[in-house]
Amino acid sequence: MKERRERQKKNSEEAKIKRKSALFLAPSVLGVSLFFVLPFLVVIFYSMVNNPIQHRFVFLKNYMNVWNNSAFRLAAGNTFKFSFIAVPLVVILSMALAFALDSKIPYKSQIRTLLLSPMMVPIASVVLIWQVLFHYNGVANEFIKFMGGKQIDWFKSDYALVVLVFLFLWKNLGYNMILFMSAIANIPKEIIEVAEIEQAKRWQIFLYIKTRYLSSTILFVTILSLINSFKVFREVYMLTGDYPYDSLYLLQHFMNNTFHSLDYQKLSAAAIIMSLFMIVIIGLLFVIENYYGKDLSE
Amino acid sequence: MKKKNVTGRIVLTAVLIAIAALFVTPIVFTMCNSFMASSEITANYGMIFETTDSGAKKFISDVVNLKFIPDKVSFSQYITVLLKSPDYLLKFWNSVILVVPIVVFQLVVACLAAYGFTRYQGKVREIIFFTYIILMLMPYQVTLVPNFLVSKWLNILDSNWAIWLPGIFSPYAVFLLTKYMRRIPVSILEAAKIDGAGEWQIFMHMCMPLCKGALCSVAILIFIDFWNMVEQPLIMLAEEQMHPLSVFLSKINAGEIGLAFAVATIYMVPTLLVFLYGEEYLVEGITYQGGLKG
Repeated sequence: MKERRERQKKNSEEAKIKRKSALFLAPSVLGVSLFFVLPFLVVIFYSMVNNPIQHRFVFLKNYMNVWNNSAFRLAAGNTFKFSFIAVPLVVILSMALAFALDSKIPYKSQIRTLLLSPMMVPIASVVLIWQVLFHYNGVANEFIKFMGGKQIDWFKSDYALVVLVFLFLWKNLGYNMILFMSAIANIPKEIIEVAEIEQAKRWQIFLYIKTRYLSSTILFVTILSLINSFKVFREVYMLTGDYPYDSLYLLQHFMNNTFHSLDYQKLSAAAIIMSLFMIVIIGLLFVIENYYGKDLSE
Repeated sequence: MKKKNVTGRIVLTAVLIAIAALFVTPIVFTMCNSFMASSEITANYGMIFETTDSGAKKFISDVVNLKFIPDKVSFSQYITVLLKSPDYLLKFWNSVILVVPIVVFQLVVACLAAYGFTRYQGKVREIIFFTYIILMLMPYQVTLVPNFLVSKWLNILDSNWAIWLPGIFSPYAVFLLTKYMRRIPVSILEAAKIDGAGEWQIFMHMCMPLCKGALCSVAILIFIDFWNMVEQPLIMLAEEQMHPLSVFLSKINAGEIGLAFAVATIYMVPTLLVFLYGEEYLVEGITYQGGLKG
């Protein structure tokens, strides 16, 4: 009898906490629902009707239209190509930097500060420098000429992609490096010591122990870099404006133009295609990570 | 063996220092150049920014002349920006007006929500939290579409509200703070409860003081993110007068190129100050994120 009453009391106590703490959630949940979730449902709806007034159901027609749209194809292709090159590079290089800073060298914290500084600087503030560097008569070409090469029209040729990858690395390496540094610090020392006693080679320790302990960080950095790789639009926009050279025409350019023409069907279908794409990629990364690091307890 | 190790370490240090130096060069360069007089800038970089071929101006050479140290240190650019051409100050002010409310209110909303996610973890809440994570992982190209639609329905397009509201309710800070708060031992909060404190009191007097560091970290991350915004103003604010400096700087015209370096420097001063005083918080903030699952 007494026990039962106590349990009841505990249950009602928990229900009370549940109720009261729900109030804390309320503002955020209301805001997120209003600005993100509910309109997203409308976006799904819009993507399948003929126009926002008639609401005639056309199912996949809008998707086909977007998919077959040459501007969308160009934008998606360029964005994909850029991400496909830039993301693995930034992951590998930032991991390398983190390992390098993990060894016993002087001036560690100063080097970390300097490597992190690019993330603090607004893109708008450094655009002038990139122009000075990569203009047709700019410093980079000066150097190439000096070395006996030929001038490159950086922003109006396929080399534009190289420049973009360079700018992306500059901005993101430090940030990702910090994530790797904290993960490396959390690798249990004992395991490495045991491996050393067992006379494991350094590359074996690296491949079979370290990278596996880092696998969840690698996953996270990859996803983060993927999202950030979509932000490279900022650099492109500031350097070349609304209508860049073909190889620099990105998904955000496509979206901006579609926003300005107020074509809701196209906009919605494009947004859905992109979000599905993101979900598939992220899901895939999670599956790979689960497989690779499954026998490690967090 | 030992000797090889030492040389290796020296080489590694040298390489790292070289990379680090390369990384700050653009920042230092911008600052140095902001102290050049207008004529010097035109002489050095005129080639790049002069679009119309007037032929009236004389350049030192037909190529760009990258220069760190000004011939004569001059504050004339700053004087012009601050006193004579109000357009830039106005845009700077636009940036402040757009960013500060987002940082403050996103933090408030996120603290409350994070407490809600921490205090009770039922099935429904886990689903909501998962939704937040998915939203956080979506690029702007996706989230701007729903944001735009709502802003249109609420008739707040072309006003600051169209940037403020989606910014304030962005799930990013909720995610970070929840991850941090869930590490606070439940026993601490329960102890306060037994002492007769209500939920609000526990939140204000126990939870918040414990999260001070985390709040600084998250505030810095939000600030950097929005100080740098480009996509949102381009879509939400048709009127150029309302654009923040982060967008406007790219539209600077060739005639005012001398000013550009000074404006660029002024625009990075707030973020560099934050970096100077908050680097440790920033680094901590970045590391909270590590691992989506944890």
